Amino acid sequence: MATVINAPAGEKTAYHVRAGGEGANFSVAGFNLWYGAKQALFDIDMEIQKGLVTALIGPSGCGKSTLLRCMNRMNDLIDGIRIGGRMTLDGSDIYAPRVDVIALRKRMGMVFQKPNPFPMSIFENVIYPLRIDGVRDRGVLEQVCERALRGAAIWDEVKDRLSESALGLSGGQQQRLCIARAIAADPEVLLMDEPCSALDPIATSKIEELIDELKGHYTIIIVTHNMQQAARVSDNTAFMYLGRLIEYGDTDGMFTNPKLVKTQEYVTGRFG
Amino acid sequence: MPPATAEAVAVRSARRATRRATNTALAARGEPALFLLGGALAFGIIMIVGFLAMVFWNGVVTFWPKPIHVATLSDGTAVAGEQMRSEPYRISGSALQALPEAVRRQINANDGYAVRTLYRTGNYDLYNDDYRWISDYETVKVGTPPGLFFLERMEWGPFIGRIKSIDLAGNIMDGAGLDEKQLATAHAAARARWQRVRQIEHTEIGHVNREIEEERLAARREMLRHGEGSPQHRRALAEVDAHAASLKGTYDRLSSEAAGIKDIDDKYRITLVDIGGREKTMKLSDLVLFYPANDLGLGGQIRVYLARWLEFLTDEPREANTEGGILPAIFGTFAMTILMVIAVAPFGVMTALYLREYAKQGRLVAIVRISVNNLAGVPSIVYGVFGLGFFAYILGGSIDQFFFPERLPNPTFGTGGILWSALTLALLTVPVVIVATEEALAAVPRSMREGSLACGASKWQTIRYIVLPRAMPGIMTGLILAMARGAGEVAPLMLVGVVKLAPELPIDGVFPFLHLERSFMHLGFHIFDVGFQSRNSEAGKPMVFVTTLLLIFLVAVMNASAIVIRNRLKRKFVGSQF
Repeated sequence: MATVINAPAGEKTAYHVRAGGEGANFSVAGFNLWYGAKQALFDIDMEIQKGLVTALIGPSGCGKSTLLRCMNRMNDLIDGIRIGGRMTLDGSDIYAPRVDVIALRKRMGMVFQKPNPFPMSIFENVIYPLRIDGVRDRGVLEQVCERALRGAAIWDEVKDRLSESALGLSGGQQQRLCIARAIAADPEVLLMDEPCSALDPIATSKIEELIDELKGHYTIIIVTHNMQQAARVSDNTAFMYLGRLIEYGDTDGMFTNPKLVKTQEYVTGRFG
Repeated sequence: MPPATAEAVAVRSARRATRRATNTALAARGEPALFLLGGALAFGIIMIVGFLAMVFWNGVVTFWPKPIHVATLSDGTAVAGEQMRSEPYRISGSALQALPEAVRRQINANDGYAVRTLYRTGNYDLYNDDYRWISDYETVKVGTPPGLFFLERMEWGPFIGRIKSIDLAGNIMDGAGLDEKQLATAHAAARARWQRVRQIEHTEIGHVNREIEEERLAARREMLRHGEGSPQHRRALAEVDAHAASLKGTYDRLSSEAAGIKDIDDKYRITLVDIGGREKTMKLSDLVLFYPANDLGLGGQIRVYLARWLEFLTDEPREANTEGGILPAIFGTFAMTILMVIAVAPFGVMTALYLREYAKQGRLVAIVRISVNNLAGVPSIVYGVFGLGFFAYILGGSIDQFFFPERLPNPTFGTGGILWSALTLALLTVPVVIVATEEALAAVPRSMREGSLACGASKWQTIRYIVLPRAMPGIMTGLILAMARGAGEVAPLMLVGVVKLAPELPIDGVFPFLHLERSFMHLGFHIFDVGFQSRNSEAGKPMVFVTTLLLIFLVAVMNASAIVIRNRLKRKFVGSQF
């Protein structure tokens, strides 16, 4: 089943040329995961390229969210999880015993399915990653806040009410605020777990535009249910099914000329 | 049998259909449970509303001045008093035989029942009783003649009668045609003198006594530390002697001032006469409040009513707590409850945080959690015994040994006090706080914790910045419940620090201002004491209702303010998600 078509490391592809941006390489090698006795991920091998947008698609329960949450070790919170294999961020193993998980998570911003602004002001939300690092300099904080909010394309909407509660924003605004929060600490990787599934089409298109703008600055990994979205925003696409990586390659190729029947069936909506 | 017409068949089948409908199970038709459930709710509401209404009504009318009725009896004597209530009663056989024929026949016609009325006659010093039952058959005439006064006194309860004369330092005025304004002025002056004497005797001489006591204790401390007859001890004793002279001077000056005022006060006297003509002369300053009960207009009644409330809320109790105010009890209840919250809030929240956020959720934690829940069901008196044994005797006894050895064998912390009461109640209410806090923590959405962790926050930072603020309204709810339970609890307090009459408030102007070791008064205990422990339960009854009303009011006010704070927090931290 492990017919994985990876872009071979080192070989120049069109996407390397197109991207060449900032961020970090992320690589997954022989990765397995068990919830108790039940295995959820099987032998995942995947090279995620720097500065590009990689989409994880697949039917519900195929393990794409689980894989994403392993990347910043959010799954550490769940009892009874075991993992095997390697995940490396710019060559260093993130599951090595001595890794500082907090420092690791600071290198990766994460955006969740449901917008989860904190119960505090917009300003405090954005600078939360700095606040917990003990940054007190008001000037620095304001500068970071503005940069992050501009980066998340929400600055114009909220610049006059930074001190108001973030819970008063609309769903789409809240999600962009969460993206601002995720990029405030200048991460290398941006993990997005179905960031648009709780949003209406207009808010969704705004987020997609934003992802396009962020491309090149961060390595973006996005889990999505929506195949059109994957086709629109991503450079590479990985198709997962029943905990296995079925096919991985450039997005255009995956959608127009998939190598495996299963992939074709899924991307054409035959199942899932 | 007549042939079945089509019509008859139709009727019969319709009837059968109806019968079949009635054959369906009762529970399947309509809502038979609705009446039961709604009825239970209605019953509960009626009981609670009725209870509150009764307490409210009885509490509110207690201080309203009643008219004084004078009943002229068949033997020619007269009884004056406030009518409290009337009731029919069965007259005993021997008493019935002694009655005249006409009355006997009337009572017999009424199945042996007569009606009697309870008069609050006052004048305990003259009659040896405050109340008297008067049967209807012995009264000739009842009226409310003018000129009768209701006079509340410092001792012996109220006096009901007329003012015969007043003696203002030799200037004797007759009671009839008395200038009320002049009387009021003289009374106010007499009360001011009394206040001054009280201030001298309680506060100023008390201050001198405290200084003397402190020096004695200091000398004793030196003795215990360095041995009897040591240089330090001798020096301290010399200091005591040196100060004693000046303190003695202050003391003499104060007591002669008080004696002087008392001498003047003795010259202002009032002579009262009861309805039967018996006289009673007393100092004018011994009167607390008086009013011509039958000559009051509405304005006068309202004035008396408000004056009584004011006294009740701002003064100390008199006459074994059945008269006067309850300020010390209000203050004690409030201070103890606040201390309890200060103790229980951090303790309960920290425990719940560990249980919910850090402890590994296994069998041990489950057992701990069940035990905590069960603690809430332990009878409160058990906590009182524990508080007395552990806090007062062991903990307080050790504190006395180490910090106040010079005062032994008199206990300082080694006996009941407001601190031990607050801690005992904190122990009693901590399960409520733990359970509520755990639930509030569990209700914080996982997405928020993950959001914080994904930002690189540590677990503690996530709890500190995200989880706790978000759980705060729920924690406040737990504290409100704990406060409501704690403020109303009496049984354990009787063992660990509540007293019938506390000489001093737990907070005052003397360093260190907050005296945690002092015993205190409590509204709940006050109700018990006044209603069931006093000389005259009839006299205490109105006070029971007023005090109950006040206790309910105090608890309601404390809860309402906590709820306001909680709602403000809720608006700030929870809000709407979309």
